[in-house]
Amino acid sequence: MQTSETMERQTPILEVDHLTVVYETAKGDVIAVRDVSFSLYPNEIMGLIGESGSGKSTMAYAILRMLKGAARVVHGTVRILGKDIYLLSPEELRKFRWSHFSMVFQSAMNALNPVMTVEAQVIDTLKSHRPHLTRLEAKERALELCELVRIDPRYLKSYPHELSGGMRQRIVIAIAIALEPSLVIMDEPTTALDVVVQRSIMDQIRDIQMRVHFSILFISHDFSLVSELATRIAIMYAGQIVEFTDSHSLEDRMSLHHPYTEGLWNAIPKLANRNIVIEGIPGGPPNLLKLPEGCSFHPRCRYKSEICSAQTPELKTYGTYEIACHHVLDKEGHHD
Amino acid sequence: MSIQNDSKSNRLRTFPGVQAIRNFLKDTRAKTGIIIFTFFSLIAILAPVLTPYNPNDNNFVPLTPPSLQHWLGTTGNGQDVFSQFVWGARTSLSIGLLAGLISTVLSVLIGMYPGYRGGWMDRIFDTITNVFLVIPSLPLIIVISSYVHSAGPWVIVFVIGLTGWAGGARVLRAQTLTYRNRDFISAAKLGGSSELRILVWEIVPNMLSLIISNFMFGTLGAILAEAGLEFLGLGNVSVVSWGTMLYWSDSGGALLMGAWWWLLPEGLAIALFGMSLALMNFGIDQLTNPRLRSDSLNKKKARIKRRESNANI
Amino acid sequence: MRYFAQRFGFFILSLWAAITINFLLPRFMPGNPAEVMITRYQGRLNPLVLHSLELQFGISHQPLWQQYVTYVQNMIHGQFGLSITYYPVPVISVIENSLPWTLGLAGTATVVSSILGVLLGIFAAWKRGGMADTLLPVVTTFTSAIPYQWLALLLLYIFGFSLGWFPTAHSYSATLSPSLHPAFIGNVLDHAILPATTMIVTALGGWLLGMRNNMIHTLGEDYVVFAEAKGVTQKRLKYMYAARNAMLPSLTGFGMALGFVVGGSVLVESVFSYPGIGYQLVTAVQNEDYPLMQGLFLIIAVSVLLANFIVEMLYGKLDPRVKKGGAGRS
Ligand SMILES: Nc1ncnc2c1ncn2[C@@H]1O[C@H](COP(=O)(O)OP(=O)(O)O)[C@@H](O)[C@H]1O
Ligand code: SF4
Ligand SMILES: [Mg+2]
Repeated sequence: MQTSETMERQTPILEVDHLTVVYETAKGDVIAVRDVSFSLYPNEIMGLIGESGSGKSTMAYAILRMLKGAARVVHGTVRILGKDIYLLSPEELRKFRWSHFSMVFQSAMNALNPVMTVEAQVIDTLKSHRPHLTRLEAKERALELCELVRIDPRYLKSYPHELSGGMRQRIVIAIAIALEPSLVIMDEPTTALDVVVQRSIMDQIRDIQMRVHFSILFISHDFSLVSELATRIAIMYAGQIVEFTDSHSLEDRMSLHHPYTEGLWNAIPKLANRNIVIEGIPGGPPNLLKLPEGCSFHPRCRYKSEICSAQTPELKTYGTYEIACHHVLDKEGHHD
Repeated sequence: MSIQNDSKSNRLRTFPGVQAIRNFLKDTRAKTGIIIFTFFSLIAILAPVLTPYNPNDNNFVPLTPPSLQHWLGTTGNGQDVFSQFVWGARTSLSIGLLAGLISTVLSVLIGMYPGYRGGWMDRIFDTITNVFLVIPSLPLIIVISSYVHSAGPWVIVFVIGLTGWAGGARVLRAQTLTYRNRDFISAAKLGGSSELRILVWEIVPNMLSLIISNFMFGTLGAILAEAGLEFLGLGNVSVVSWGTMLYWSDSGGALLMGAWWWLLPEGLAIALFGMSLALMNFGIDQLTNPRLRSDSLNKKKARIKRRESNANI
Repeated sequence: MRYFAQRFGFFILSLWAAITINFLLPRFMPGNPAEVMITRYQGRLNPLVLHSLELQFGISHQPLWQQYVTYVQNMIHGQFGLSITYYPVPVISVIENSLPWTLGLAGTATVVSSILGVLLGIFAAWKRGGMADTLLPVVTTFTSAIPYQWLALLLLYIFGFSLGWFPTAHSYSATLSPSLHPAFIGNVLDHAILPATTMIVTALGGWLLGMRNNMIHTLGEDYVVFAEAKGVTQKRLKYMYAARNAMLPSLTGFGMALGFVVGGSVLVESVFSYPGIGYQLVTAVQNEDYPLMQGLFLIIAVSVLLANFIVEMLYGKLDPRVKKGGAGRS
């Protein structure tokens, strides 16, 4: 694994710049992603953590340029390998997407066409981008991918409903890496699976990433999952990234954190169950239609002062971390 | 967040809520449907006021084209077509709506109650429903009516109503099954409500729009079936309805004699009235199934926004 | 295999239901219609024939269950008795002569309207909110509410009598004798166009709307979104991923749709004097020819049930989920 200094000098795979995404609803615009900027470098695994509803999936879809329905990118750019993907024509986008960047969807359980065999769906992916591939070559590649995700090749002839959830998820991962992309976005890839399967998939993701090398943007609401895989971690709250940190610092109670991160951290054991409201952070996620003035976290923050409800804190660098909070430094004293 | 989402989808939809009705009226198609439906309903209700002559009065010169005396001309038997048309609306609409009502009530009883109870009862009624679904209904109606000689309107109402419930029962059953294990139903059960109470007070209100849509299609089917039966002379041909008008104009060779006014109004009216039911159903569909909404206005707005956002980039 | 057995069992069950309806109706109808009919034919028909009519319609002192057993046996063996209208021709011969016409007409109309409707439905859903999607559903709400007989009369008048483009009655010209000669086949097609068009126009809307709604639903499914992301071409996405799945629920409604078409063909055949099952059914009803009517009703039911059964087998082929015991449908 590379250190962050050497990464800085490389060209990033993914550059997100001041990205803002809204859902247009009858009641007004829901700002699901707010002014998000970050870069992802070759081979890097970055984690993105946030409560359910904080805008993680919306951001992922925006990066993929797959926003549907009422969702709009109202500001900002997304560059992949230096290309602004929002400037590509539909056909250019079709070809560019998946061969250079791909995504494992949150709902991967239903991501496979029920009436096509697994093999046909893998081959479809290959042939859509490499029309000159012969059937035999495509089949060989499908076999290779199968081995990579450790699925018995005989399951290639199966239909999705004949496979377990874990197997389906592995097939989806195989499809995501089929064209050797430089970036794979994984949106809660193990949420629907039981703990044992979740473990083995996580191990596999790490293993595959080490063998074939690509960057991962790993999205989860689960602290422990992310910190064991990712080196750099972004914390999202109400559509904003409030902190960039690294997995080591997450284990260190004394290092600097955003108050929201602290709250999340205190609640780790509870997070495994999605439905339990995070302990240690009073109140619930804010209404994205009408965010609180100033720091959107202030109604739930125990360190808040007057400035918090008046002025929005910017991300500021503290050593290797970036945190958006007016009181990161002075709150040290309050620490219990 | 996920807790909130779940409770939202499980919450009782109060129908007809003000918002629901407003959305319904906003839909142009639904609006058109309501206008056509009201138009024909008014004709049927006001028949005695609207008609200049007795519909059976056959003292006029046969086959005269539309004129000031006879707005829609006269039949080959010397009756006033307009008067027949207006009184026919009364018969045909009554038969259609009543038969539609009967078949909907049957659909609710046969589809929802066993569906909600589950077990052997559901399995039996589901099988019966599926059998009746594939036995062609118009031929069955024809056979039944032929055993009843020159069936009057009441008999026709019952025959059509009793044969037309299967499609609705299947749809309503499927929907009931999805409610069986919802939170608010379980809550009502824990609260000690009886099964029938839950069905009537918790499930039926939630499915009201589906039931209404069922009633509309039931009525549409019934009007077409009535017209078919009467056309074949299987009803009582001396009753004036849109169906018997078609029967007489066909057997009187209306078109061959160029008497288009004798055939066009009632056929067109059946199609328009049926269309109004289907149009109103579009409005209902969009209430129950927001995915089907095809709001061109929204799209246009989105496109403009999009262009602006591209300019920003 | 289990799916096959299940669907076959259902086919037999519905067949039994159709036979039983036939058996029960004349026996439990108020006013005893069978007795009225038989009294009317007293002296006009051969006493032996009259006696068998009495047995068939329950004018006998046998216990009901015994009548029922005999009745079911006769029906299964195609012994529908003699037609009174075409006396002494057996009902089964009338059926043999008229069934092919209806199968051809209603079959073609069903196939054409379903294919056309499904394609238009795909088109409308794909161009969501576009011109076609806004207009087609509205236009078809009108076309599907048109009474069959009325449209048939209009077409007959305009294209048959006024313009003289098509023949106005029967299934082929009386001057020709049936053969496989191209001239004869052309003549048959010529006669079938107007009745078939009537049925296609009225049946189209149901298929179109059903397919459109299913397609819109399917286009929102995760596997379609995933397929779009992974870069399959638009055409493949539209047909292999979306339409292929959206069609499945349409197929399950096939039996009912076919029932409508067959019902419609009764009216259409009657307008065009097209010598099919429907036309004969009307003739039988008008002459109170109950044996013929019962035989025809049964054959109509059997045809629809069989077609439905075939479509269900096809469904089993198209949806891999049903092979393992029917997760796909109940
Ligand atoms: N179709 C939609 N219309 C309006 N708001 C939406 C829609 N989809 C998502 N949202 C809003 O956007 C926010 C972010 O959702 P999402 O990106 O799915 O969050 P996450 O993936 O972090 O759980 C949510 O709070 C939700 O309220
Ligand atoms: S800015 Fe103020 S309210 Fe926001 S997190 Fe920091 S201390 Fe809390
Ligand atoms: Mg998400």
